[in-house]
Formats: sequence, C-alpha cells, structure tokens
Amino acid sequence: MSSYSITAPSSRQKWIAGTIVILYALITITPLVWIIATGFKSGPDSISYPPKVLFQPTLEGYVNLFTTRTRANAEDLAAMPPPETWYEQVVRDNGMVIAGPSRYGERFLNSVIIGFGSTFLSVFLGTLAAYAFSRFKIPLKDDLLFFILSTRMMPPIAVAIPIFLMFRTLGLSDTHLGMILLYTAVNISLAVWLLKGFIDEIPREYEEAALIDGYTRFQAFYKVVLPQAATGIASTAIFCLIFAWNEYAFAVLLTSGTAQTAPPFIPTIIGVGGKDWPAVAAGATLFLLPVMVFTILLRKHLLRGITFGAVRK
Amino acid sequence: MAEVSLRKASKSFGKDIALADVTMTVPDGSFVVLLGPTGAGKTTTLRLISGLERPDSGDILINGRSVLGATPAQRDVAMVFQQYSLYPHMSVRDNLAFPLRSPILKTPEDEIRRKVAEVAEVLRISGKLDNKATTLSGGEMQRVSIGRALVRNPSIYLMDEPLSSLDAKLRADLRVELKSIQADLGATFLYVTHDQIEAMTMATHIGVLDRGRLVQFGSPRDIYENPVSLYVASRLGIPRLNVLPASVFGGAPYGAMTIGLRPEHISQGVGKPASVTRVEHLGDQTRLHLSLEGHDIVTLTDVHTGLEPGDHIAIQPHNPLFFDAGGARIA
Ligand SMILES: Nc1ncnc2c1ncn2[C@@H]1O[C@H](COP(=O)(O)OP(=O)(O)OP(=O)(O)O)[C@@H](O)[C@H]1O
Ligand SMILES: [Mg+2]
Repeated sequence: MSSYSITAPSSRQKWIAGTIVILYALITITPLVWIIATGFKSGPDSISYPPKVLFQPTLEGYVNLFTTRTRANAEDLAAMPPPETWYEQVVRDNGMVIAGPSRYGERFLNSVIIGFGSTFLSVFLGTLAAYAFSRFKIPLKDDLLFFILSTRMMPPIAVAIPIFLMFRTLGLSDTHLGMILLYTAVNISLAVWLLKGFIDEIPREYEEAALIDGYTRFQAFYKVVLPQAATGIASTAIFCLIFAWNEYAFAVLLTSGTAQTAPPFIPTIIGVGGKDWPAVAAGATLFLLPVMVFTILLRKHLLRGITFGAVRK
Repeated sequence: MAEVSLRKASKSFGKDIALADVTMTVPDGSFVVLLGPTGAGKTTTLRLISGLERPDSGDILINGRSVLGATPAQRDVAMVFQQYSLYPHMSVRDNLAFPLRSPILKTPEDEIRRKVAEVAEVLRISGKLDNKATTLSGGEMQRVSIGRALVRNPSIYLMDEPLSSLDAKLRADLRVELKSIQADLGATFLYVTHDQIEAMTMATHIGVLDRGRLVQFGSPRDIYENPVSLYVASRLGIPRLNVLPASVFGGAPYGAMTIGLRPEHISQGVGKPASVTRVEHLGDQTRLHLSLEGHDIVTLTDVHTGLEPGDHIAIQPHNPLFFDAGGARIA
C-alpha cells in the first residue's frame, strides 16, 4: 500500500481502461478503414465476397470520381494516339475514354464555402451574443436564452417545408448565401450556449482592469476576453463545422445546381455507369479530410473544450 | 493629479447597503487611507470613484467636475485590485505595458520600454518581465498589478490592500517606495489597508468606514489620539485598545460606560493591583498580559523586564478615552 494514491490509477485500472478504449476505437475505426480501402480498390475487388483485405491498390476510384467517361470499343481505342496522362491510361485500361471533368470539384468547393462560411458566422454572432448574455443586464434574459435553445428542441428537418417555401419566395434556393444562413440559424443556439458557458468562466475582473487601463468595453472584449475564450471558440467552431459539413437533408432539398454541397452529390455517382463503389468511397474519403485536418489543428483546444466545467484554470 | 470628492454617495446591492451618504474629499497630492473591517465599503468606494460602479445617489467629482457620465477610461484613474487580476494570456512585460498602449495614452514603444523597466526595478520584478503572468507567485503578481498602476500618471491612484500578500521585509520596503513615489510625484492616493503601520506612516489623512458610513476623517494623529467613537479607537493600536467598564477605576466622567486604554494610557507602579498572566517578548517590545478584577488588559513594558506570570503590579489610567453607552467618545 506504500504507493497508494487517490488520483493516480492503479495499473489494473489502466489495463481495463486501455482495453475498453482500444475495443471502442476498433469498432468506430472499422467503417472508416473500410471506406478508405474501398477507395483504392478496383470495381470487381470492391464488391467481391468475402471482402478482400489484401488487394492490388489502384487510383481508378479517384479518377472516376473526378471524370465523366464514355465507353469506347477496342478498335477505336487502338486507333487513338497513346494516352497523355496517367489517369487517361487508367480509364482506357477499363475500355473507356474521358469525356470531361465531373462536378465533384465544384461540389466540394461549395461544401467548403458553405461549411466554413456558416461556421464563421455562427461563431462570430454566437460569441457576441454569448458575451452580451454573460455580462449585461438584459430584460427577460433567461426567457431569451430558453427561446434560443428551444430552436433545437425539434429536428430542423421538421420545418423543411416552410423553409423550402420561404427560400423559394426570397430567391435563396440553391444559393450559397441561403445555405450559409440556414446552417447558421441551426448552429447559432449551440454556439450561444456553449460560448456563454466559456465566457461566464472568465472573471469580470480582467475586463474591469482593462476598462481602468484606458480601454473601451469593446476593446476590452477584443483584447482580454477573446484570447481567453479561444478554447471555447475553437471547440464551438468544430461542432458547428461538423454539423454544416455533414448536413444532408436540407442540402438535398434546397440545392440542386450552383450551391449543391458534396453530401447530396456523392450518392449521385452511384448512378453513373453502374454502381461505382470505389468512386463513392474515394469521394467520401476526400470529403472527410477537411474536418479531420480542422479538428487535428484545433484538437488541443477541443480536448479542453469537452472537459470544460471540470477543473479549468 | 487631481482632487477627488464624493458627495453624499450611496450604493446598495439588493438589501446590502455598501455605502451610505458618504461625503469625503481626497485633496490633490494627498495620501488618504481608508480603514474599516471587512464589508465596511472600502472596495465599493474605490469602485465608485473608478467608474466600475455607479452610485445609487450622490455625486463623484474629479477636480470639481462631476464624472458620473464618464467611463473609467475617461476618468483617468489607476487601480490596484484587491484580487490582483493580471491578464493571464500576456507576459509580465505586456501586462505592465498594457495601460500605456491604450488608445488613450498611445505611448511610443521606446518610452514604454523605459517606463516598464523603471517600474519593474522599483518593484523588484525586473527578472520576471518575460515570464507568463500565470507563472508568478502571489506576491509577484501583486507587485505586477501595482506596477500596472505605477506606469501611468493618472488623476488618482486607487489601491486596494496592495501589499497584503508580501512578506514582511518586502512589504516594509515597498511601503517606503510607494510613499516616496507619492511624495516625489505629488500624486493623489486613495489606499485601503488593514495594516496599522501602513496607515500611520503613509497617510496624510485617514477615513474610517463603519458599515458604509464615513465615521471620521482626519490626520493619522487625530484618528489615533482623538477618535470620535469606540469603533474608531479600536481600528488603530498595537497592542489593541483595552476596553473595560468605566467603573473599574474611579473618576469616570458622567455618562461614561466604558473606558478605553492604550498602553500609553496606563501608568505602572501606582493604583489598582493587577496580576501578570503572561509576558510576551517580541524583540523590540515586550507585552504584558494583566488580569484586573477579572478583566484582561494588554500593555507594554520595559523590553528587559523581570516580571513573570504570577507577579503583581499596580496600574492606573492616565488621560484615557471614555465612551458612552452608544460608543460615542465623551472625554
Ligand atoms: N457586487 C456586489 N454584489 C452584492 N453585494 C456586494 C457587491 N459588492 C459589495 N457588496 C456588499 O457591499 C458591502 C461592502 O463591500 P466592500 O467590498 O466594499 O467591502 P470592503 O470594505 O472592501 O471589505 P474587505 O475588507 O473584506 O475587502 C458588503 O456587505 C458586500 O457584501
Ligand atoms: Mg475590499
């Protein structure tokens, strides 16, 4: 009992905790690994049964994702000049020629614009609102906060039809602005509540000191509160981005062309020239990357964000 | 520098009256110390002057002009908070430079460097300038927060127990430094402390607060020698004022209920016999704990006294303080 400690876990506890975490990670990572692997399989490999764990990797899925192709017969193929690029070679090996680029690039860019745009707007407005709720005397403050939260008490898709009609009337259907506003509206309640929690924990004394040191209230907010709320802002941004990035139902309903995001686009690949699972998987893999990179960049903050309310100094 | 006044200033928080009808003038170039037990309204007074809090009624004047409509920045006051609040995301250097970089002062960088170095020198934190504020000890933080006030040249310095977390030696050193800075600059100070030595040595004026009321305002000597009430008399004195029923010794004036005795009010050698219960040698002074008819009395005696517990000495009052039933001074 000489090394007994209240806070340090025993080796047995560590062993049990480690096993649970590894098991959980295996379960959650399997689909991800499957998708990434499928993206590098050939068409036949992707649907073989039993599934192939070891396979000859190919970029066929990625090439198909970014191109549209037409089937060509063997004589025509033979008559053509040799392929100029490696991806043309990949397509011809399957008896096809490239007809043009696919729309995946544009859709991906739309996702980036709408996802990051609405995240920025949610966090920006959320921070200002949370600060006001945290620091100022506002009539009916609790009711307003409850009202803001109540917008999340039903699934947003329940109001799909009114929103669809509103967007049509206002000319917001299939526009970037429309989607940014919509995702911001959904995310703002989460942003306000999360950020208010963080800002509440920043002692007022810092701002008071800044006021005395010759700064205006807004400057004090900007120079003293914001840097200390960075943790909260980062984790709120991640939650907002993940929602906006993955949102599917409204994207299907409200976008079809100009502003269509990647989630409704990826399934349409299935229809083009048979069930092209490798291309779908490739599309999904690339689609995961931005959120992954964003989360990894902010993960130090995210970890602290998730555990806020515990000991935070 | 400036003269600062409160005119019938009152402030309540819900049912708590923090300050009631306080009228007080901090003259230009003076060093005013606020005394009072916890909850008396000292911090509230500073916050009203700085503009962090608005009075419910009454007025605050700086150089004769009402500043009720002015923001803290416009009032140009420097304040050292009781809970020293350094900006945790900044280095010590940036903390000290922060007021100088404000849009109001917009000090050139080379002057900021000079000022910060100078103040850091005075406060003995030169070696810590590049530390993050959160890595400092409590006493170091407190000095940085004093420094954040001293880099400026405001209309008034408001300091709320600025030396409370320092060790005795540093405290004594900084007391002298602060006082000489104040004297050199002719600066106006409003200073809260519970420390009698600070109050007596630094103050030009002392204000005593009792549950939100200003009960006496005057020079340190005045407050010490001519307190208006038992309450004020009890604020100062080491060892503290002995309070006994007036009837213990004869000759009390009419209406006197209690008699207040400081060590200098007690003559030894003649009078009523008291027994020695304890002798405390503090080095520079020796305290004598006496028991007189069941009442405890603490006084001073010769540093090298031969008295021991159990001994008896005779004592009698000499120009003591007399108070009536309500605690008001009557002689
Ligand atoms: N923000 C506030 N909200 C509610 N009550 C307050 C607030 N600030 C002060 N008070 C009350 O006002 C009274 C005076 O407080 P103040 O802080 O001025 O005392 P103080 O003299 O500085 O005491 P201390 O020596 O403990 O610092 C206290 O009763 C306190 O509870
Ligand atoms: Mg106080």
